[in-house]
Amino acid sequence: MSTALLVVQVLNGLQLGLLLFLIAAGLTLVFGIMGCINLAHGVQYMIGAYLAVQFYAWTEHFGLTILLALATALLLGLLLEIVVFRRLYERDHLDQVLATFGIILFVNEAVKVIWGPVPLSLPAPELLSGSFVLMDGLLYPTYRLAILAAGLLVALLLWLVVMRTRVGMRLRAGATHPQIVSALGVDIGRLFMLVFAFGAMLAGFAGALAAPILSVEPGMGDNLLIVAFVVIIIGGIGSIKGAFFAALLVGLVDTLGRSLATDVLKLAFAPATANQIGPALASMLIYILMAAILWVRPTGLFGARTS
Amino acid sequence: MQRSVLAALTAGIVLSTASVAVAEPLRVGMIVTLSGPPAALGQQAVDGFQLALEENGGQLGGVETELLVEDTEFKPEVAQTKVRALIERDGAEIIVGTIFSNMLAAIFKPVIDSDTILISPNAGPSVFAGANCHPNFFAVSYQNDQNHEVLGRYAEDQGFESVFLLAPNYQAGKDSLAGFKRHYTGNIADEVYTPLGHQDFSAELARIAAASPDALFTFMPGGMGVRLVRQFRQAGLADRMVFLSAFTVDETTLPAQGADALGFFGGGAWAPDFDNEQSQAFVAAFEGAYGYIPGVYAAFGYDGAMLIDSAVRSVDGNVEDTQALSAAIEAAEFTSLRGDFTFGSNNFPVQDFYLLEVVEREDGKFHTSIVERVFEDYADVYATECSME
Repeated sequence: MSTALLVVQVLNGLQLGLLLFLIAAGLTLVFGIMGCINLAHGVQYMIGAYLAVQFYAWTEHFGLTILLALATALLLGLLLEIVVFRRLYERDHLDQVLATFGIILFVNEAVKVIWGPVPLSLPAPELLSGSFVLMDGLLYPTYRLAILAAGLLVALLLWLVVMRTRVGMRLRAGATHPQIVSALGVDIGRLFMLVFAFGAMLAGFAGALAAPILSVEPGMGDNLLIVAFVVIIIGGIGSIKGAFFAALLVGLVDTLGRSLATDVLKLAFAPATANQIGPALASMLIYILMAAILWVRPTGLFGARTS
Repeated sequence: MQRSVLAALTAGIVLSTASVAVAEPLRVGMIVTLSGPPAALGQQAVDGFQLALEENGGQLGGVETELLVEDTEFKPEVAQTKVRALIERDGAEIIVGTIFSNMLAAIFKPVIDSDTILISPNAGPSVFAGANCHPNFFAVSYQNDQNHEVLGRYAEDQGFESVFLLAPNYQAGKDSLAGFKRHYTGNIADEVYTPLGHQDFSAELARIAAASPDALFTFMPGGMGVRLVRQFRQAGLADRMVFLSAFTVDETTLPAQGADALGFFGGGAWAPDFDNEQSQAFVAAFEGAYGYIPGVYAAFGYDGAMLIDSAVRSVDGNVEDTQALSAAIEAAEFTSLRGDFTFGSNNFPVQDFYLLEVVEREDGKFHTSIVERVFEDYADVYATECSME
């Protein structure tokens, strides 16, 4: 593999990682702070993508589309919290899994009824529709750089909010000592509601950002959800910092694994055998990584709670 | 007095049963996938069949016909339960299904065991074309491999020196690449398998660019195809190599792929601009009724209905005799949208295959268009393994 190709693959890995981070950030907050397993998080990612398609059809303006999609995703998150999630915090994980799995089925079908089963697409904004030569014969769309930048920006903002603001302080306190925070007069219920809606908005943002390079279809978030869970477990549940580094790690391992596994195996096996094993091994890599990290650090890379 | 009332009643009952027997409708059970992302294909097949039924005034072969549609939900066990219900509960005399090969594998035994006719509007896996063929099973579509073979043959004829192969890592993906390689003898730049449902192809695209082949051959059905085509175009690879594909650019994915797929190649036995009268009439009527351009799934759903129409007519509506009905279907005395239509020894069509190219219509909609004939009267390679016993 040439150096140029390696650089390209690292860039691809980082971009996948940042997209994963946007999804995992909300998931890790809801799971870590509220102790609530939200399988419907992938559905919120899908909703973001569909909202973007719909708003773009109405406004034909990309920036406006993203803003409207964000606001609507936030509102839908609030609605979901009030109607469903509020009732789940006190219950055990099995109830949460069942209820949120129900939401997946419901929303996936609802989306199909509204927008149809055929994949939809969203054009990249005019301003970012260009591309530049990355290696001989391969163009890199400028839009993908914008995803990188947006991911980094959100990471920075989140870090500032969690570490430098009063809300962030309450979040951190609420994650470890909810009763005491409550006794001190903080409305934990409202805090949870905000966290949940904010997480839904981030997932929706990821969906809207991904729409121009991926396809918008029912069930599009289901595969990513599993990877997002891997990310938050590797990073340590409840840790934004952990989610960030774990997302980049998973993105890189997955991308480089897929491009290298077969070639590496070809050194040891016949090409036909390598072609058989390589792809299977590549798709297992992130799970092997997760197992290895849990072996060494059972609470994940930045897991806060050790009790 | 009493006796005469009884006699009248008896006569009445006998008469009414007789008239019921005459008016008894033909029940066709259609089982396709109508939920999840692949629902679009199944919907086309249903719409195509429905259109044929409506054009015939709700009758097939002169018999009032009731179409019962079931969804496999893309789960083999659900498909099995529902097909049993269609046959045992609803009394379906003919089953039309499925879109996907693994669903066909699930329903094949229950349908055949109950001595019911099974007609596939799309799925044509090698097992049922070869050793496990059956006199009561018909594919009105094609044997799966043939679509991939078209591109392999074309790549060979064009003298491409190297081709890069890309497919999802499951059985159909491997079959696809094997089908391509049956006719292509040139150099394979690389053979790459991605996970099923793959999202971002950027890593694979970088490898394709590095290998710099004459052409890419790929099999990426549904949303995967939408993503690959858009990302392939965005990466600028469309200007550097030929895009050959099967089940990747068709009328179900083109609304989302749009201009990104322009000039990309596929292969098949039919396209919406097929040059004959009945095909053009079909496309016009279909668009009028459902508001979208029909793909092969709709065309073969329509053909399936017309095939049943011809067979039921030739047995005078007497569908109880499965053997006679299956012989009448095998005769295939109907006018296919593909023109002449004959079944081979394994009840799969012997037909022409074409290279298809994505074009833009005057109204800005995209569809596949026939470029050239690649195979003439082509039977699948498994037919020789079929003994019909």
